[in-house]
This record gives sequence, C-alpha cells and structure tokens, in this order.
Amino acid sequence: MSSEESVMERPTRSGSETGEVVLSARNVAKSFGSVHALKSVNFDIRRGQVTTLFGENGAGKSTLMKILSGVIQPSAGEIVLDGEPVRFSSTVDAQRHGISIIHQELSLAPNMNVRDNIFMGRELGGPGGVDYAEEARETERLMAELDEPIGPLTLVEDLRLGQQQIVEIARALSVNSRILIMDEPTSALSASEVEVLFRVIEDLKSRGVSIVYISHHLEEALTITDHAVVLRDGAMTAWAERSEIDLEWIVRHMVGDNFDLGSPPTGHTMGEVALSFENVSVADVAVPERSVVDRLSLAVRAGEIVCIYGLMGAGRTELLECAAGRVSASEGRIMLEGEDISSLSIAERIERGLVLVPEDRQRDGLVQTMAVGENLSLASIGAFTRGLLTSRGREQAVIEASIRNVHIKTDGGAAGIGSLSGGNQQKVVIGKMLATHPRVVLLDEPSRGIDIGAKAEVFRLLAEGASNGLAVIYSTSEVGECLSVAHRIVVMSRGRISAEFGADVTREEIMAASGESAEG
Amino acid sequence: MSDVQQGASSANASSPRSASGRSGGFDLGRILLEGRAFFALIAIIIIFSILSPVYFSTNNFLTMSSHVAIFGLLSIGMLLVILTGGIDLSVGSTMGLCGVMAGFLMQGVSVDAFGVTLYPPVWAVVVLTCVLGAFVGMINGVLVSIFRVPAFVATLGTLYVARGAALLMTDGLTYNNLGGNPEFGNTGFDWLGFNRLFGVPVGVLIFAAVAIACMFALNRTPFGRWVYATGGNARAAELSGVPVKRVQVWVYVLSGVCAAIAGLVLSSQLTSAGPTAGTTYELTAIAGVVIGGAALTGGRGNVRGTLLGAFVIGFLSDGLVIIGVSSYWQTVFMGAVIVLAVLLNSIQYKPRKKRAASTEHQKASPSSGTA
Ligand SMILES: Nc1ncnc2c1ncn2[C@@H]1O[C@H](COP(=O)(O)OP(=O)(O)OP(=O)(O)O)[C@@H](O)[C@H]1O
Ligand SMILES: [Mg+2]
Repeated sequence: MSSEESVMERPTRSGSETGEVVLSARNVAKSFGSVHALKSVNFDIRRGQVTTLFGENGAGKSTLMKILSGVIQPSAGEIVLDGEPVRFSSTVDAQRHGISIIHQELSLAPNMNVRDNIFMGRELGGPGGVDYAEEARETERLMAELDEPIGPLTLVEDLRLGQQQIVEIARALSVNSRILIMDEPTSALSASEVEVLFRVIEDLKSRGVSIVYISHHLEEALTITDHAVVLRDGAMTAWAERSEIDLEWIVRHMVGDNFDLGSPPTGHTMGEVALSFENVSVADVAVPERSVVDRLSLAVRAGEIVCIYGLMGAGRTELLECAAGRVSASEGRIMLEGEDISSLSIAERIERGLVLVPEDRQRDGLVQTMAVGENLSLASIGAFTRGLLTSRGREQAVIEASIRNVHIKTDGGAAGIGSLSGGNQQKVVIGKMLATHPRVVLLDEPSRGIDIGAKAEVFRLLAEGASNGLAVIYSTSEVGECLSVAHRIVVMSRGRISAEFGADVTREEIMAASGESAEG
Repeated sequence: MSDVQQGASSANASSPRSASGRSGGFDLGRILLEGRAFFALIAIIIIFSILSPVYFSTNNFLTMSSHVAIFGLLSIGMLLVILTGGIDLSVGSTMGLCGVMAGFLMQGVSVDAFGVTLYPPVWAVVVLTCVLGAFVGMINGVLVSIFRVPAFVATLGTLYVARGAALLMTDGLTYNNLGGNPEFGNTGFDWLGFNRLFGVPVGVLIFAAVAIACMFALNRTPFGRWVYATGGNARAAELSGVPVKRVQVWVYVLSGVCAAIAGLVLSSQLTSAGPTAGTTYELTAIAGVVIGGAALTGGRGNVRGTLLGAFVIGFLSDGLVIIGVSSYWQTVFMGAVIVLAVLLNSIQYKPRKKRAASTEHQKASPSSGTA
C-alpha cells in the first residue's frame, strides 16, 4: 500500500516554526482485555496546525486521544512531548503540560450552571473565596467568542444538546492550552455553529495552538484540516497533507469502498397518511408563553421518508419528542393512522408502532448499567414474553438479529455498553427501536457519531423499511443527509416549517431556506 | 469494509465470554471480589466454628436462619426498591405496624353496631396484614413517582407515621396472646414462623419462597427487566416504553408486602406483637442489600447477593452473641463490615477502563518516568 509508505517517508521538520511536531505517539498500543483497540500507532501533532483523524466506528480514534490526554495509559509505546518522552498520569497532569480535550461523550455536570462547569476544578481564587464575578465575565467572553448567547448562570440540564456541546468547547478553550483535542465536537451542532467553531479554530491556529480534530462529517472536517490521518481497526492506514487529499481519498482509506447515502426508494406505492401533526404547538419548558413548536402541520404517509432540516433550536427535537409522548402538545393534535394519540403513554405509542430514536444517547438512549443485549431488547420485551415469562432463547434471537442488522461492533450481547465506541452505542439505540418492528419511526439526528459506512447502512435500512410500508421522519443538521433517501425535505425554523422541497432540491436551496428565516 | 466487518464478527464468534471473563490474568482477584459476600460467609462460619463448639450444628444454623429470615425478607423488598434507584426507610416501621395489626385482628374485632366480635381466621389475618403493608408501600410509591418527593424523605416520613400509628393502636402495649381460640376457628398463627415443617422453621421456608419468587421476577419477567432499566436510566427506560412510574409504585408496594410478611413471621416467632418491633431494621435491611453487592445508585444487584448479604449479617451477629462478645463490640463489628462491603462495591463498579488501565500500566511501564 502506497499510503503505508507515505507514513514512513513523512518529513520530520524541526525548529520552532509552524509545523514542528509538538506531541507524538510512538508505537502506542492499547488493549482492553481481549480487544486490541490500538495496535502500534504512530501519530504526530504539529504546532499551529489542524490534524484530522478519520476512521470508522470503533477504529480507535477516541482511545488514541484519551491516551494523548492522560485519560488512560497505553499498554505499550510512548508519548513524546517536545522531543522528550513523557507519561501523563491523569488529565490534570496532561493539562499542566498544555493538553486539553473535548470528549466525544459530554462530561458536564447537569445540575450545575454553565460558569461552574467551565471552571470546575480550576476555580479562580479571590480574596473572599471563589471569584464568581471574574468567572462569570470570562464565561461571557467565551460565549461571545463562540457566538452563543448562553448566560453564565444557566443550568446545564436546561440546555439543548448542541448548547451543551458549546459549553464543553468553551471549557476546553478557557484552559488556554497549546494542544487542543476535539473528539467529535460538532456532532450536535448545525452548520452556523460549526462555522463559528471553525473561525475559533483558525484563530487558535494563528496563535500557535495545535489541534486534533475528529469528525464523521468528512466534508466539514476537510475544510479546516492541514493533515489527515486515517485509522482502521486500531492501525494507521494512511497519512497525507491537505493538498493531497479529497473526500474520495478518505473514504477509500477508511472503509475501502465508496459509499453514497442512497437515494429515495421508489417502485412502491405510498399508503395512507401514517402520522400527522395538526396545528401542533409545544411550549418552551423555561418560558411557557413561548412556543418552541408553533402551530405546525405535517403529515407522513406509509412508505414515505421525510427529512426535517433545521438549525439548532429550530424545534425539531421538541416536535419529535411530542410525537413520541415525552412532552405534551400545548395545542393541536397528533394523529397516528387516523386516531388521535395525544392521550396515549409512550409505551402505548410504541405498542402501536410509533417509536423515537432520541438525540442524546447517553441521557435518553442507553441504560448504562445494562449489557449491550439487554439494551437492544429493552423496547421489545413483549416480543419474547409468553404469559408472564421472558424466553432467553427468543431474546437472544432478537439481540443477534439487531447486532447483525445495524452492524454493531461488539464482543457479543453480554458486553457492557461502556465498552462500545461512541458510534456503536448510537447503533444500539437505533437497533433497539427498530427491533420493535415499528410502523412509524422518528429519528432525531440518527447519524450523530456514526461513520459513513454505518450511516449508509442506517439509511439503507430506512429505505428498505419504507419500501415495506414504514413511515420515516428523521431530523438532521447536515445538508448532505437531506439529499439521501428522503422523498421530501422539510426545513424548520423557529418552530415552523419555513420551506418544503422534493428530493430534487439542491443544497443551496435548503441552506437558504433555513438561514434566511433564521435571520428574519 | 468487508474485512473489518469480518474481524468484528469473528471476534463475536470466538469470544462469547461474558463481561466477567475478559480480564485475562487478573481472574483470581476478580473472583474474590465478585464472590466476596460468599467468601465472607464461609470465613464467618469457619472462624466461629473454631471459636465456639456449639456454632457448627444444624440446629444452630436453623435458629440463626430464622433470625436471618426476618430482615432477609425486608432486604429482598429493599433490593427491589434500591434497584430502581430509590430507598425505603419505612420497612422497619411498616413491619412493626403490620405485626401489631395482626395481633389486633387475632384479638377479635368487635363490631359495635351488631354487638358482636368477629374473629377472622388466620388466612384472613395474613391477607389483611399484607394489604396494610401494600397500602403503606403504595403511599411511598405514589409520593416518590407521582409527586416526585425524594425517596429518602418520603419514606422517612412514612417511617415516623407508621411507627406512630402502631403505638397509637396499642397505646404502647404489646399483644401477647396470638394463639387464637379453637372455638373461634382462628388458631394456626404459630404456622407463620414459630412452628417447623420437616424440621425447618416455617419462617425460613417463607423467606426462601419469597426469595425464589423475587429471583424469578427479576430474571425472567418483563417486570424484572423494567426494574433494572428504571434504576439504570429512567429517562431512557421511559422512552423505550418502560412504564417507569408504575414500576416505581410497584416496587414500594412489594417492599411493603415483604415488610408485612416479615412482621407476621416475627410476631409468630415471638408469639407476641409489639409496636416497637423492627426499630432500625430498615438499616439492617439496607446493609444486607449493600453487602450483597447492589449499588445504591440503582440498576445493579441481585437476589443471590442480597441473600448472602443477609446471611453474612445474621451469622456474624449471632456468632458474636454466641462467643459472648459484648453488645457494644457487636455494634462496632457490624459497622466495620458494612463499610468494608461498600468499599469493595466502589472498587467493583469503578469504570472498567480505569481499572484496566491502572493494572496494565503497572505491568507495561514500570520504568520510563520522565515528566
Ligand atoms: N473501556 C473499554 N473496554 C473494552 N473495550 C473498549 C473500551 N473502550 C473502547 N473499547 C474498544 O476499543 C475499540 C476502539 O474504540 P474507540 O472508542 O477508540 O473508537 P472510535 O474510533 O472513537 O469510534 P467512534 O467513531 O464510534 O467514536 C472499540 O472496539 C471499542 O469497543
Ligand atoms: Mg470515538
């Protein structure tokens, strides 16, 4: 493989100008019991540059980053900082050396406010204890930099997932580190926030900060990267400078094949209206007078796939949660196959074939104390219960079918949820809901954190379901995903539908519809 | 993609080992840690058998088991509650209240309007007492699940109310005559705990039956799965169609019923029912659950562990009594055992990666420290 050679021949520059290697992993390996997450990886981080790490789910990206930031220790190999071998005994130790990390899974304390989260563990001392005023000022400055109007005293649990991600970013920025590792920082952000983040990254670069960036949004990552590294199955398979790479290069090295996200399934006749929203409003939890979803009407037919595109805070999550029964509508009604379901519980809606794949897998999707298999079968217990008892054999069949169908990379159904990579955890949440054999499936950002292979797989599953009469609504903040299997693309903005397109729409039209109305 | 997928699936096929089998050369430590309650029990039996000649005998084991049965029953109800992430501080009082209720019913209920006294048969006493236990549990459950009162506070309140009710019912006195009268057809209370069946105290048999039923419910019914899911992550469970609120009410109801059964067994064993019976038993019950490896944060634990925990406590405290250790020292020992158990729990539930990392880092890099 020519890419292997390019790894060997890579130039090693020195001197303290931009591009000098500041931190590197040498022959780093890591195993968790019998799982070899990393096999002798070499990885360099260069001063003032962005190094992007690509790889499919479970390739070992997060593991490598955790090793570089002192969260875990390597089983073998060493870390070299400024030419000196070092060992980080903890994240605090790594932070002292100027390295900080934004974790893939958010690590905020939901019961505390934004200010206290940002300064957690590094509280600014003042004459009379903690200097809260200074902390609040600094928080406000960071939020202004990130262009996100979140007050320093807002509780983190009141924030949307994307906003939490921004707080997480702000916390990493507040440390003023020289090496900043970002493990899928944008998975819950939409285009405009990503743009702001990229401006911040450019600014950091010009100040000599080195950045490692991980994302499954390949095109987006390509716009800021200076170098790309591809990991596959725990080994580095390719390395190249920005000028040498394009999307096709990444995909080829990541998964070996080119994937496209499919096209709307055709050839089947669409059925009756399966799910319809009629003038539905949902009140804001914090400000009940305000509606996050504002008299919205939308219908999806059996066999149809509808994509909802919108910026963060457009009300997509609330709309879907309302349909699933998590929040109740303040106005209007929701009809499932011609029947008003407003008074049904979540369980009853699932029984009637309406399921939701939630956005935040840690909070709403997974039971962390249960094994992979138990998580997968949780929503379809009825399918393997006879009388009072559950049947082990039938449950095992359900679990194995799910693992196969959504391609979960796991040690088996008995493995703990925490041993799965982020993307594979997401697949567990999707697999769990699809195992209930739904008639209408709502997916809130289903591709969050999954690699393009898996993304294509999920969309293929949806398309296949649709041709068998499944009604699908999925939300996304990546335009590319609108233009895949959806028959219809609905753009939401401020709780309303601002535009509706057929499958032949262009990216620009979609972006314009969401952006324009966000301004006006 | 294909080779990667194959790699994953062959890993599946070749290692169907469960979570416990993954730590390679570190197994002995893990076995000791996971089976700690069991080994503790063995150690307790060996030590006391050496220290006292009367300890190791069938009869003594049966006697000790009938003591274990009382708070063991409470522990099993408590386990259900703790698995959902709650706690039930009211079980000791509920047990006392139910015992008194049973005693009261055994004395006959005089219905003033007709000028007669009704003597309910023992089965009716059992049913009514269990209904009372369930009622107290339901109050707890409704407070916790629907009114969102923190479990600690809600059940602390019921603890006081139930105890007060028991004292009010009896004016602080004890019912001593529970034998019933053949004329009234209400004999047989002895069969709830005092008597022996095939040489085994009935109380122990009841305890075993409840334990098996609970084990079955947790492992083989949807309800059991719901209990674990609710305790692990209630939000996710709810979105997966688990009736979280109903599950919460039910575990408190079952805990109340277990307390009622324990109250019946205890009054039968003692042949008397006093309003202060079961004081501080809620703490013993919690200790049993915790020693058995359950996590107070919910979602982890099982009946087997809880049984072992209950036996560890019972056999230890009875052993201390038998070898004549002063009751002050007994208290100190109990406390130490509980803390030790929780200490081991936190080692066991530490995120796997951290433990794996620290052992590996000792193995892999004994030198190379240049920070
Ligand atoms: N604590 C752990 N115990 C056991 N296995 C683990 C653990 N952490 C990670 N792994 C395994 O290591 C491999 C690499 O995981 P990692 O999280 O680094 O993947 P990733 O490249 O970040 O994937 P993703 O894109 O899905 O986030 C996976 O197969 C995962 O199952
Ligand atoms: Mg990851």
